[in-house]
Amino acid sequence: MKTERGGKNILLAHGSGGRLTQELIGSVFRRTLSNSILDKMDDSAVVQLDGNLAFTIDSHVVSPLFFPGGDIGRLSLTGTVNDLAMAGAEPLYICAAFVIEEGFPLDDLERIVSSLGLAAGEAGVEVVAGDTKVVERGAADGMFITTSGIGLIPASVHISASAARPGDAVIVSGTIGDHGIAILSKRQGMDFQTEIKSDCAPLGGLVASMLDASRRVRTLRDPTRGGLAATLNEIAAASGVAIEVDESSIPYRSEVRAACELLGLDPLVLANEGKLVAFVARRDADKVLGAMREHAYGAGAVIIGEVQESEKPRVYLRTLLGSRRILSMPTGEQLPRIC
Amino acid sequence: MCLAVPAKITEMENQIATVQVGGLSRQASTVLLPDAAVGDYVLIHAGFAISLIDEEQALETIRLFDEMTGGMASGGGGA
Amino acid sequence: MPLTYLDEFRSAPHVQRLLDELNERRGAELKIMEVCGTHTMAISRYGIRQAAPRGITLISGPGCPVCVTANADIDRFIEIAMLPGVIATSFGDMLRVPGTRMGLAEARSRGADVRIVYSPLDALKMARDNPSKHVVFFGVGFETTAPTVAATLLEAHEQGINNFFVQSVHKLVPPALEALCSMPDLDIDAFLCPGHVSAIIGPQAYKPVAEEFGIPCVVAGFEPVDVLQSLIMLAAQVDEGRSEVELQYSRGVRPDGNPQAMALLHSVFEPADAEWRGLGIIPGSGLTIGDRFSSHDASVRFQVDVSYSHEPRGCICGEILTGVHTPRQCKMFRKVCTPDHPLGPCMVSSEGTCAAYYQYED
Repeated sequence: MKTERGGKNILLAHGSGGRLTQELIGSVFRRTLSNSILDKMDDSAVVQLDGNLAFTIDSHVVSPLFFPGGDIGRLSLTGTVNDLAMAGAEPLYICAAFVIEEGFPLDDLERIVSSLGLAAGEAGVEVVAGDTKVVERGAADGMFITTSGIGLIPASVHISASAARPGDAVIVSGTIGDHGIAILSKRQGMDFQTEIKSDCAPLGGLVASMLDASRRVRTLRDPTRGGLAATLNEIAAASGVAIEVDESSIPYRSEVRAACELLGLDPLVLANEGKLVAFVARRDADKVLGAMREHAYGAGAVIIGEVQESEKPRVYLRTLLGSRRILSMPTGEQLPRIC
Repeated sequence: MCLAVPAKITEMENQIATVQVGGLSRQASTVLLPDAAVGDYVLIHAGFAISLIDEEQALETIRLFDEMTGGMASGGGGA
Repeated sequence: MPLTYLDEFRSAPHVQRLLDELNERRGAELKIMEVCGTHTMAISRYGIRQAAPRGITLISGPGCPVCVTANADIDRFIEIAMLPGVIATSFGDMLRVPGTRMGLAEARSRGADVRIVYSPLDALKMARDNPSKHVVFFGVGFETTAPTVAATLLEAHEQGINNFFVQSVHKLVPPALEALCSMPDLDIDAFLCPGHVSAIIGPQAYKPVAEEFGIPCVVAGFEPVDVLQSLIMLAAQVDEGRSEVELQYSRGVRPDGNPQAMALLHSVFEPADAEWRGLGIIPGSGLTIGDRFSSHDASVRFQVDVSYSHEPRGCICGEILTGVHTPRQCKMFRKVCTPDHPLGPCMVSSEGTCAAYYQYED
């Protein structure tokens, strides 16, 4: 972790609940994230909602905290917004809890909170409650952020990982593996001179336009940890179906493909933070695809496969040779290999 | 047993080459391939250039494929 | 359009035509061993095993250096990694390999400073940046990798970076192939030989296999059309009663290999007997660090006790590596031994025979 570069650092006292805590909340959090609910500074945020609620939580740890295309602030906001969106909900309110390591540069904290605020603005959500704790040096790796969020699901929407049906088209919203490679390329020894940006983005707007286009969007999921391979396997298991994907139709950025060749990684298990996989009834697939392509975060949307009837839940890849191989649940962490 | 990827040398200084693979650049040592020069394609393994890629041979291999496939267009072209 | 040297060799129409040609073959049943683990991965990734005609069986050989690293060598590296003041560096493949008591990942969870590097040069840089630490690199690999480690050792030596050490468990492919050929159980008609090892040692290194043991060899590239064309070349050799060394991967392999890399390798390392997991000790099949560089030799510098080492019990990786059995014939496969809890080396490496079967096949 970088510290002592002239600017002020976070002290244990910033988390003590006293004057420094108040100062920090006022100068960093409220200033950046201000809205009528947060500004009341009550122990709980009070909001009025009516309907089917989606409610979720996610902890965010990432090294490095700043990476091309984003940082832990943007990531922690979009992560939770996307989990809400994948339930078909309109994301509305977010709570954020920060665990900060003693000595963390105040400038960096400001950058991270500001980035979180910008992402909230883009996603159309309000950060209505928060918490800050400071832990001793060495007890955290810079900063961890946990966000939770709620959203409203329209009465007509029933999205679920168990809703995929034989014949459904499988759509991805764009290139796969960008976030995973963006993070890996900043770790020690990779030294790529080309910047590969994370795709980190809030997908609420994209989902809204998909749901406007069709009432037959059955399943939505963002392929984060474990990548497309994990997500497809989860959906196959939840829906009790087979999913067949045409390997050559999966979109990749050429730099991501190159990095995977070089480091011996499988792009299908790399994390994405601004992509979704949708299962849509075949007859509405083109309509949904059209709506997605109108949207900035769905411009690269393509159909990659279809759902098939099966006794065993399975994910198959149709290879270049036309043969079918199983795409199984990823195991272990992705590490550069030479062999 | 050994991953090695074709890359193009775009710059070179003191046996450290900048190599490009599919729009991605990074550095690689040419200690094991002292004759490598800017413009060459090399195989990269564990941060080292280990072998020069022979364009003539590659084209010959592609030509053989083309012959077998009755002149069907190949993915990247043979020019 | 300029050549990318990748896409041209993945072209679907070419693949289809080559498959058709392979299917037209009417010779005897063929068992072909792909010696190299990267071939195994390519074969699995592209579904070549499923697409290959009935008459051809592909068998995975001992070609993954992670797979063939003996428990004793892993145990020794872990003991060194656990010593105070040591930064243990390794290629990522090695992290999940279990030793007798634990693997490197577990050693890290118990406090060892284990770091993954992409290149041995990254480990050397770590030594330069951390002069108060001992940086130890786990030198695993075949002839492709050994010269990169030799070059790194030479640089450490010349620059006086005295806190950089290598534990060399490098292995050589031709002695292992010849040992395989001498086994009475071996039932292999032809070898698909490793392209990138051959880029260093040259295709002629397999001459004894082809000429003395009468087993056809083709040095192959790693793209689907390379593999398919090589299978056709091997089938033709068998059908015509030839056994030669042929070079399919001519764009990447020179007839004399890479003499500079070989010279560097020999200036740093000396051949030695080596233990291969599942195969036992093969004479002259390993590389140890020569006297001139012994001050960088981790096994000289760090004395550790590994008398507890033994091979995993019940594991038939030895028979799998030699092609005598397939993973499905192992009682442990899929039951006790899985990618999450690998028992033997063939499950550990993502390109190990058992992992490839587990991952990619019904």
